Amino acid sequence: MTTTQNAANAAEELVFTRPASLADRATHYCPGCHHGIAHRLVAELLDEMDLAGRTVAASSIGCSVFLYNYIKVDTVESPHGRAPAVATGIKRARPECFCFTYQGDGDLASIGMAEIMHAANRGERLSVVFVNNTVYGMTGGQMAPTTLIGQKTTTCPGGRCHDREGSPIRMAEIISQLGGTAFCARASLDSVKNIRQAKKYMRQAFEAQTRGLGFGFVELLSGCPTNWRLSPVAANKRITEEMIPYFPLGVFKELAGDGTCGSTVAPDTAAGTAAGTAAGAAGEGK
Amino acid sequence: MAGAKDLIFVKGNEAIAMGALDAGCRCFFGYPITPQNDIPEYMSKAIIDAGGEFVQAESEVAAANMLLGAGACGVRAMTSSSSPGMSLKQEAISYMAGSEIPAVIVNMNRGGPGLGDIGPSQGDYFQSTRGGGHGDYRLLVLAPSSAQEAYDMTHKAFDLAFAYRSPVLILGDAIIGQMKEPIRRRELTLAAPDEGAAWRLEGTKADLPAGAPPRAHRIIKSLYLMDGELAGQNKMLQAKYEQWKKLVEFETFEVKDADLVVVAYGSIGRIAKNAVRALRKKGKKVGLFRPKTLYPFPEKALARLAKEGKKFLTIEHNLGQMVEDVRLSVRHHADSDLFCVYPGNMPSPDDFEAPILRALGRK
Repeated sequence: MTTTQNAANAAEELVFTRPASLADRATHYCPGCHHGIAHRLVAELLDEMDLAGRTVAASSIGCSVFLYNYIKVDTVESPHGRAPAVATGIKRARPECFCFTYQGDGDLASIGMAEIMHAANRGERLSVVFVNNTVYGMTGGQMAPTTLIGQKTTTCPGGRCHDREGSPIRMAEIISQLGGTAFCARASLDSVKNIRQAKKYMRQAFEAQTRGLGFGFVELLSGCPTNWRLSPVAANKRITEEMIPYFPLGVFKELAGDGTCGSTVAPDTAAGTAAGTAAGAAGEGK
Repeated sequence: MAGAKDLIFVKGNEAIAMGALDAGCRCFFGYPITPQNDIPEYMSKAIIDAGGEFVQAESEVAAANMLLGAGACGVRAMTSSSSPGMSLKQEAISYMAGSEIPAVIVNMNRGGPGLGDIGPSQGDYFQSTRGGGHGDYRLLVLAPSSAQEAYDMTHKAFDLAFAYRSPVLILGDAIIGQMKEPIRRRELTLAAPDEGAAWRLEGTKADLPAGAPPRAHRIIKSLYLMDGELAGQNKMLQAKYEQWKKLVEFETFEVKDADLVVVAYGSIGRIAKNAVRALRKKGKKVGLFRPKTLYPFPEKALARLAKEGKKFLTIEHNLGQMVEDVRLSVRHHADSDLFCVYPGNMPSPDDFEAPILRALGRK
C-alpha cells in the first residue's frame, strides 16, 4: 500500500450507514418500491429516539407482512386490517412499550377501516405508518379504496369509475377529524425533499405517543411500479403529478395543548389549511 | 365486602368475571351482546379497580384482536361474547391458535342460527370443539354447569392458556350466565412475574441492565411460506393437542350399575342429573356422564362404559352435535340414542324422563 493510499484511508469518514434497527438483508420488495425507504425511516427514528429496545410492533397483511424480517423489534403479526386493534391490546397490556403499526391502504382503509377509526378516536397511544400506493400490492394490483379515478387495476380494468366504485378515500383528512388524534399528516416518498419532510412528520407522530398526547398518524404516498406497470422513475412522476394533487401533503392535525381531552387544534394546522405546503412544485402547479 | 371464603350470591356471568379477576386477568376487551353483558359490565369497574385495563371495543372482531395483542405481550387477558359475536371472533382465534397466543375466551351460548334468540342453546358445540375458524386447530373447551364451576373453570383457564400457549374457551349458555347461585371465591393469585418470559413481547431491552446489548427480536406469527414450514408448525400444534388428552375431566353420577348412561354437558347435564335422580327413585338403573372438558373429549372413559355393555342416550340443547363425539367414543361396543331439545325451548327434568325410559327399554 502506498503512502498516498494510507493517507486517503485515514481521511475516510463513514457518513451513511444502516440504522442498527434495520436488518442487514435484502428485502423481497420490487425494484422502485418505496417500502424500503419507509422501513428505513421507521428504523432511523426508532434508533434516534432510543425506542427500539422497548418497541412492540403490530405488523399487517400485504407486502409489508414481512416487516419483522427487516425491522429488528418485537413484533406480532395481525390479521388483515386489525393491526390498530392488536396494537390497542399491546399498548393496554404494556403501556411502557412504544407501539406502532405499519399498514398498507387495502389493509388500513378497506378491511381495517373500523379498527383504525376507533383506535384513533379512543386516542390510543399508538403511532401508525400508513403506506398508500393506491393498489393491493401483494395480491397482484387489485383496486384499493385509494385507487384514483380512472386508474386501471386488475379489478377495475376499465379504470376506477366514481359512479360504480366510489371515490378514493383520503385517510389523513378522516383521521384528523377524530377526537383522539394528536398528530396527523400526509407526506410523500417521491423526492428527497419530501422524504425528509416525511421523516419529520413521522417523528411528530412518534412523539405524540411518547409524550402521551394521543394517536399519531402519518400517511406516506408511495410508488408501486410493478402493479402500476411503470418504471420506477415514471412511478415517482405519477406520485408527483397525479397522487399529490388528489392527496394533498401537510399536517392536518397537531395538538397544541397538553393532550388532555378537549385539547384544541392549533389554528394554523387545522384540517386542510396546511395542505399542499410541502407538496412538490409539480403537484402545486397542477 | 365479602371475604375470600364467604359464600356470595351471584350470576354465572359475574362468577366468570370474578374467576378471571382472581386468576390475575388484567386486560378485558368486550362488546355488548345478550346474554353475557354482565361480564363486561362487571369488568368495566372491577378490572380498573384491580389496576387493569378495560376496553369496550368497536366490534367483536376488534375485541378479539385486542385480546391477541395483549396475549402476545404475555399478559393475562380475556374477552367474552355470545354466539353471533363468537362467529365474528373466529378470525382472531384462528390467528391466536396458529401463533400460540394464550388467552381466555367466554361464549355464553344463545340460540341460532343467525340472530336466533337470546335464550340458552348448545348450538355452538361444533364451532367450539372443532376450532371454529379456518385451519387445523383446536381450543381447550371447558363447560361449566353451575356458577361455582363457571368461577373455578375460568380461574383455571388462565393457567391452562399459559401452560399450553393456546386460547382456552369457556362454553356456557344463557342459563349458566343468568342464573344466580352461591359461590365461594378463592384468594387472589396473580400471574407469576416471569410467566411467558421466554416468548412474550416487551421490547428487546426489557429487564436488561442499562447499556447491555438488546436480545434478538421476537416474532409471534402464523405465516409459514417456505416449503414444509407450515407442515412443521401444524405437526407441532397437533402434538400439543395430543398432550391435552391428559387434561380430560368429567362427572359421573349413578353410573356404576346403570344399564343406560345419559351423556349431557353444561346446564343440560345438570337438568339431566335431576331426571336421573328422579328415575333412580323409581328403581330405574340409569346414570349420568357429564363431560366437563368438551375438547379434549372424554372418549376413553365413555369407551370403557360401552365395553361394560351399557346403553347411551345423548341429550343436547341443539339438533345433535356432541352425539357425534359420543358415537365415535363408544363405536366399538355401542351406539347412542339422541334426544334433542330445540333451542328456543326451555327443558325441565320431567321432559327427559320419557326419552330416557324409551332408550332404556330399547333392545
